Amino acid sequence: MRGWRWLVIVPYFLLATLPLCWLFLTSLKTQEAAISSTASLIPTTDENIAPGGLKFSATGDAYRKLATPHTGKAHAFFHYLFNSVIIGLLSALASVVLGTGCAYGFSRFRIAGTRDWLFFIFSTRFLPPLAVVVPVLMMYRLFDLPNTHLGLILLYTAFNLSLAVWLMKGFIDEIPRAYEEAALVDGYSPFQAFYKIILPHSATGMAVTAVFCLISAWNEYGFALALNNAEAVTVPVYFAGLQGNIQGIPWPQIAAGVLIFVVPIAVFTVLVRKHLLRGVTFGTIKQ
Amino acid sequence: MGDPFLKIDNLSKVYGETHALSDIFLFLHAGELLVVLGPTGAGKTTLLRIIAGLEVPDAGRVVVEGMDMTHCLPAERDVALVFQNFSLYPNKTVRQNLEFPLRAPGRNLSKTEIANRISDTANLLRIAPLLDRPATHLSGGEMQRVAIGRAIVRQPRLFLFDEPLTNLDAKLREVLRVELIRLQRDLGTPMIYVTHDRVEALSMGDRIAVLSEGKILQIGSPEDIYQRPNSPVVARQLGYPPINLIEVHKRADQWFTASNHGIVAADRNAPQRATLGIRPENIFPHGGEIPATIEAVENLGASTILLGTWADRPIHILITGETQWHPGDVIYPSVDPNRVVVWERRNEE
Amino acid sequence: MVSPHRATHKRETPMPFLELQNLQKTYPDGTRAVRGIDLAVDEGEFIVLLGPSGCGKTTTLRMIAGLEDPTDGQIVLGNRNVTHLPPSQRDVGFVFQFYALYPHMTAKKNIAFPLENIGTSPSDIDATIDRVARALGIEALLDQYPRQLSGGDQQRVSLARAMVRTPDVYLMDEPLGTLDAEHRLELRAFIRRQQLALSTTAIYVTHDQEEAMSLADRMVVMEGGKIKQTGSPPEIYNHPADLFVANFVGSPGMNLIDGQIVQHEDGLAFTRLGANVHIPIHLRVAPPRAILGIRPEFIRPANRGVPGKVVLGEYLGSHAYVHVDTPLGELVMHAPDRFAIGESIHLRLDEGRVCLFDPDTGMALARSAGMKDVKLYGRSISQN
Repeated sequence: MRGWRWLVIVPYFLLATLPLCWLFLTSLKTQEAAISSTASLIPTTDENIAPGGLKFSATGDAYRKLATPHTGKAHAFFHYLFNSVIIGLLSALASVVLGTGCAYGFSRFRIAGTRDWLFFIFSTRFLPPLAVVVPVLMMYRLFDLPNTHLGLILLYTAFNLSLAVWLMKGFIDEIPRAYEEAALVDGYSPFQAFYKIILPHSATGMAVTAVFCLISAWNEYGFALALNNAEAVTVPVYFAGLQGNIQGIPWPQIAAGVLIFVVPIAVFTVLVRKHLLRGVTFGTIKQ
Repeated sequence: MGDPFLKIDNLSKVYGETHALSDIFLFLHAGELLVVLGPTGAGKTTLLRIIAGLEVPDAGRVVVEGMDMTHCLPAERDVALVFQNFSLYPNKTVRQNLEFPLRAPGRNLSKTEIANRISDTANLLRIAPLLDRPATHLSGGEMQRVAIGRAIVRQPRLFLFDEPLTNLDAKLREVLRVELIRLQRDLGTPMIYVTHDRVEALSMGDRIAVLSEGKILQIGSPEDIYQRPNSPVVARQLGYPPINLIEVHKRADQWFTASNHGIVAADRNAPQRATLGIRPENIFPHGGEIPATIEAVENLGASTILLGTWADRPIHILITGETQWHPGDVIYPSVDPNRVVVWERRNEE
Repeated sequence: MVSPHRATHKRETPMPFLELQNLQKTYPDGTRAVRGIDLAVDEGEFIVLLGPSGCGKTTTLRMIAGLEDPTDGQIVLGNRNVTHLPPSQRDVGFVFQFYALYPHMTAKKNIAFPLENIGTSPSDIDATIDRVARALGIEALLDQYPRQLSGGDQQRVSLARAMVRTPDVYLMDEPLGTLDAEHRLELRAFIRRQQLALSTTAIYVTHDQEEAMSLADRMVVMEGGKIKQTGSPPEIYNHPADLFVANFVGSPGMNLIDGQIVQHEDGLAFTRLGANVHIPIHLRVAPPRAILGIRPEFIRPANRGVPGKVVLGEYLGSHAYVHVDTPLGELVMHAPDRFAIGESIHLRLDEGRVCLFDPDTGMALARSAGMKDVKLYGRSISQN
């Protein structure tokens, strides 16, 4: 049994990680080696290797160059990474805070038309977000929001909030009502009961929701492109902008940047995968 | 007796179309243990939750020691509630679970006071060795002991217990039941104990309130309600094995069943048509004229239940000690006419 | 409905119908749920496994059904070693504690379902349903859907569904678990009648000693994954093998008093240090220390006897259990009515119904004639 399992898992693992491996190899190459028409696969420390062979000489130049602005760009890679981090974290935080509060209300209080409200919230996800890019752009112009971090944070929070409400409602529904009622009878106020009982018990749910929101903001491209051309440019937009660069596309640097951009999220997702699965089943199967 | 400790005054609660409680009047005296007995859905839990402040009634008042508490927050009422399903916070140890109510704001207890109360409670309930265990590493009985501990550690002025023993093994229920009676008496704190268990109701209550479909059917001492139930519905809720209910009509000072068997003497002043309630221990297996066939004999050790057919209807007879009867035997049961409860039947169904 | 081949089969083989040999179950997390069970069940016998939660009774039942795989030991069913066979190859009927009905089928369809599944002819199905429905008093409910039925009625229908099949063995896991007391008696009677009529072997698991006493041909009292005692209900009730059984069986359990055995008047007597009370013991030899057990119904109020004070009364309607503080310790008495708390009374203990236990091992000392075991304790007090 075990052997068969590995027979499936190992080839699939290799296949799935092939792009990442390729990125890693490319990030170690020089521009010439990267655009060479023959695939060189084995990095060596030997600096004098003729191009065209299976071996190539590895260099950390691509990573070093990430710290300096590329030709035609105002800032270095890390500036855009910082934009992505700020926007991703703050919008995820806002989604979780607002979503938890909203979900708690729907889970615990008798609200007129609860089901209709929840459906309305969910329905905001039916439309592909990019369909509203033009009206959003016009509204943003009115409020001076293009080219600001706040603009993207608001936008991503708005899009992710519905997901956050639904996920968090699933988690909070699972916490027995008697937990807070016991606290109420024990002498705690409703807010203290929420703070002392509900929050600690929904920590897992909040972490899961945060990851989902972060990933969605992290990877978003369309709005980030439409609403920005200078200040709040995120990593996906920055890389796309390197196309047609007068010096050619700097593949090793892109590979190095993408790795730095992708690996933290990938590792984190693998680490919390159990909770993520729970979150997914809560959101979709329950209710 | 002076003013009662707790007065429930004309209380009503409606959920949508269902009347969870209608026009409830209740007293609870200082130090008293009142059992609220009723089947699932009778409104017992709603009543407790209103007293605790977790629900707001649509009409009526909850008065504790002369003060109207109807619209106070739960935290202001100083009552302790033991829930049926919730037992403990799973992410805390036993000690932290017991501390939690004591650390509530406004209680302002010193560290030593908290430690003393916890050790007193733990000794009282024999859970001292468990104090530092996670709440998830307890057996069902231990968990329920700690849950009860959470209630008494606060020294509240009123206990509200919502079927705390329902989910436990029979043996554990029996042991904890006796412990609870002692505990309540020793502490002297008044208690409202909600249950659907007929044994708990009779054995624990100073008084019993029988609740059905949101209405109180009868309130009285256990003896009162067991021996003089005011309706067949009340009679059926108490006693084990269940009471024998027989529809009869009177002829020549005898009660006759539908199958025209005269089973027991009737009082001269009794109504023409009635339902008789005969407790299984008040039917004797001999001395009568109408034969009964025994279908099953349940020897329970201290007593024996005979299930049979008598006058074309099933009966239960309870005999103290062991018996010589076997399934298939024919007996001639007799009934003590003084121990029969008679309810008049007005209209035919 | 008794299949003829089973009767002959029994004559040919002196072996029991179902046999558990050193059955064990250890879960992967190291929990030893069942620690070696030996049990032989005759055909047509009604066996009740009784014990507190966690004693291994349900695991044992599930191993017989094939729902759990034993770690060690054997299960022999009708001469066949079925230890590792899947449930479908054992011909057992399993009645679960919560036996949900299919909501989209009428009661009748629900009951018919297990029969249709094994290809019973429609006329046979109708006849079987008629019989079972009449026995349970649910004829009028057959065309209703589960949601139209009360909880008690649903339980009756689910019991009917579980028992329309006639397998070799009925395995029942607390089938009356959640049922209201009002319906318990009739359903218990139904299960017993059904089992007798079909003379099907049955193994029934419960934590409720009353259910065990009333249903069993033989009771098996379990604790900690082991069998404590096997015997008929009166045997177990009157002569418990150890302190656990004495306390677990009976509601409330036996009064247990720790004390000494001394020479008193003409023979041996049980007493407790400092208590001027002697209960004659009908033994010729006994160990110096013992635990005396007596059931509440063998203690009666009397004009003279053990003095005591009433501390608690549990009124149960038909009778009451009165807790009395005496020099021997607190005793529970079965009385026709309750006494006032604080009242001084005297108790008479029925000497003929007393049990004695070894305080070290917790095992019962041999009764009256069985002197052999007692001598192992050495010192014979009667010679002092």
